Amino acid sequence: MADRPDPQAQAGHNAPGLSLHVPEPKFRPGDAVDFSHVDVGEPGKQPRPDETCAPETMRDFAYGLVRVLGDDNRAHGPWDPKLDPETLRTMLGHMAMTRAFDERMFRGQRQGKTSFYMKCTGEEATSVAASMALASDDMVFPSYRQQGILIQRGYPLIEMINQIYSNRGDKLKGRQLPIMYSSKEHSFFTISGNLATQTPQAVGWAMASAIKGDTRIAATWVGEGSTAEGDFHSACLFATVYNAPVILNVINNQWAISSFSGFAGAERTTFAARALGYGLAGLRVDGNDPLACYAAEQWAANRARANAGPTLIEFFTYRAEGHSTSDDPSGYRSAQEREEWPLGDPVMRLKNHLIELGEWDEERQEKMDLEAAEHVKKVTKEAEANGILGHGLHHPFRTMFEDVFEELPWHLKEQAEQAIHERETKFPGGLPNEGKGA
Amino acid sequence: MSETETMSAPDQTPDQAPNQAEAKPERRLNMIEAINDALDISMQRDENVVVMGEDVGYFGGVFRCTAGLQEKHGKNRVFDTPISECGIIAAAVGMGAYGLRPVPEIQFADYIYPGLDQLISEAARLRYRSAAEYIAPMTVRSPFGGGIFGGQTHSQSPEAIFAHVSGLKTVIPATPYDAKGLLISAIEDNDPVIFFEPKRIYNGPFSGYYDKPVQPWKKFDQSVVPEGHYTIPLGKARLATEGEQVTILAYGTMVHVVEAVCKEKGIEADVLDLRTIVPLDIEAIEASVKKTGRCLIVHEATRTAGFGAELSALVTERCFYHLEAPVERVTGFDTPYPHSLEWAYFPGPIRIGEALDKILKD
Ligand SMILES: Cc1ncc(C[n+]2csc(CCOP(=O)(O)OP(=O)(O)O)c2C)c(N)n1
Ligand SMILES: [Mg+2]
Repeated sequence: MADRPDPQAQAGHNAPGLSLHVPEPKFRPGDAVDFSHVDVGEPGKQPRPDETCAPETMRDFAYGLVRVLGDDNRAHGPWDPKLDPETLRTMLGHMAMTRAFDERMFRGQRQGKTSFYMKCTGEEATSVAASMALASDDMVFPSYRQQGILIQRGYPLIEMINQIYSNRGDKLKGRQLPIMYSSKEHSFFTISGNLATQTPQAVGWAMASAIKGDTRIAATWVGEGSTAEGDFHSACLFATVYNAPVILNVINNQWAISSFSGFAGAERTTFAARALGYGLAGLRVDGNDPLACYAAEQWAANRARANAGPTLIEFFTYRAEGHSTSDDPSGYRSAQEREEWPLGDPVMRLKNHLIELGEWDEERQEKMDLEAAEHVKKVTKEAEANGILGHGLHHPFRTMFEDVFEELPWHLKEQAEQAIHERETKFPGGLPNEGKGA
Repeated sequence: MSETETMSAPDQTPDQAPNQAEAKPERRLNMIEAINDALDISMQRDENVVVMGEDVGYFGGVFRCTAGLQEKHGKNRVFDTPISECGIIAAAVGMGAYGLRPVPEIQFADYIYPGLDQLISEAARLRYRSAAEYIAPMTVRSPFGGGIFGGQTHSQSPEAIFAHVSGLKTVIPATPYDAKGLLISAIEDNDPVIFFEPKRIYNGPFSGYYDKPVQPWKKFDQSVVPEGHYTIPLGKARLATEGEQVTILAYGTMVHVVEAVCKEKGIEADVLDLRTIVPLDIEAIEASVKKTGRCLIVHEATRTAGFGAELSALVTERCFYHLEAPVERVTGFDTPYPHSLEWAYFPGPIRIGEALDKILKD
């Protein structure tokens, strides 16, 4: 310090004044959008390295984009996972179902049936296709935007809706905010509202699997904005130190509520490039290309299962809708971005690919969409019989005190009695239609 | 009323002297607008004040508390940050060491925990460990508390964690008028201040009856917020209502719930809105409890080792021979904040009313 001039006394000093850089997105509300600066490369051009290759040989993959589906709706290059048409139709079906589900649940929130909802529109491939490339008992540690994994893994829609309505059918007993699912049966970790916490946990699970000589691997999903949290650094470091059998999926959908990806570092580098500093394998992938998503996740899963190490995958995609039902993106970004997004829509791209293969047509697509919407509608009705948020059909009061600990200590017992007593005071005869027990 | 005693009179900065000729119409603001006003005025008066946090810049914050500030004061002084609460607090420590006066926002109090090491081990201790060579003159603003169906990660009241840390001040306003005066004081304070904003009452006070419509702040005189600079000292409570029967200690949302319950039950209480829990207005508490001989403490946070425990100990230690009934606490339950059973959890009119009945029994 001593040999430096006092900054206050610097007027007239020769050195130029420093200036702060604050990132700014290219487009704001009302702006015409031109994404020509976004280099998306060409489908089929990326080589596919051996799954056991050394991370330092993978530098280019951190900056390029693994793409398979071209504008001609055909699959190109060595990353083509060569899935049979039946599998492709299944993939399309899960993605369409995810979208139909989102539509209905969003509407349900607007109708006052619950407090909150989050769509994953435009990002369906990053959960559905990636999840299809894993074994069904590989452990996943998702963020809040991977409902596609549950749908792909066959978790019953009614359980999802019960959870969203926080009703008496909710397996999580109405404790969690809507969409914060959990299903151990589906190897799906309980979702946290605190960002990025799941990422080092996934690494820990993978380390445990390795300690035990198991064959299952772990995968985690995290938003690009959330990679700013220290937890994500811990995830990368533990993964590389222990060569953990884990996949770190970063969903770069360009936005974190109102903050564009530049506030997570994207003005200077890619998210996949974070892998380089840690010595992780890194892939950057067209997240709106279901075949590329599948192929990349499969590559990383093969690598992990072969004890060849962890992979960080950046899925380059776009959050087509608002952050949540509490958000209105027209306040901070141009509405044109969605239409102009250079990588299109994942559902459309897979549909067009199947049509190009002669394995699908518009009528079947229409029928599938209709059936998906109707199925969701029917299940929603069933779930509504268990109640909607704030209408009395919730779990009994005593359940509020369960699972704080394995056993109820004296103070929680006393508090449970107080809660039940308050309920009896407020509703002396109990509520009509109410679940048993106070 | 101690309200006027404890507040410095609103004054004007020299460059915006009032025009005596045209008396300004009374201005009513909700708590969000009052906070915005306090930030704006602090930035006008002191170039070293900077505002930062997730989504606070162009967008103006998820609760709109920083709306318009970036446009007015520039991106150098109002900016978004990466989603790293650790980074936000740590950067504020560094900026403070340089001589700035940062006002970081943590989007929800539930998300402050990744920043705890920087707050507890660093911000709170710089002054002590450097013998006042370095200080951390920051004000960490954060919406807190429940009653909005936010589930366990948008509802917590973690004030006791901060009150427990030596070197941190903790402030919780209950009205728009106070929010502005307290926030300006916090920003001008040379020590780190945690400023928790009760988000349930951002738009209007809350009676505790969730099934009744909320009245907007505009209908209440506490929303009259003068223009220009004024401060409310940290460590001075506000006597919200005056009465002889019992003293009720509360802060934030619960001040209004308590007032509504007393009104409904016809109880004449000294309702002391503590406004800051560290430093605490022990004089006001002692004076009131010695007058009424009875004391109820109400907070929304969990009970065990909550701030109510500290208050109860203080009242018992200092007013024991004046007490005519044991000190009672009404609090949230010792569970994570539930979603569907939010109103069974919330310390509402029944829990408060019964505690009052018990205290006033004989
Ligand atoms: C620790 C923490 N800080 C802040 C928040 C508030 N928050 C919720 S979602 C979000 C944006 C996350 O963006 P990103 O990681 O890009 O995921 P996306 O929503 O785009 O899927 C923020 C700031 C939070 N939930 N947890
Ligand atoms: Mg994002």
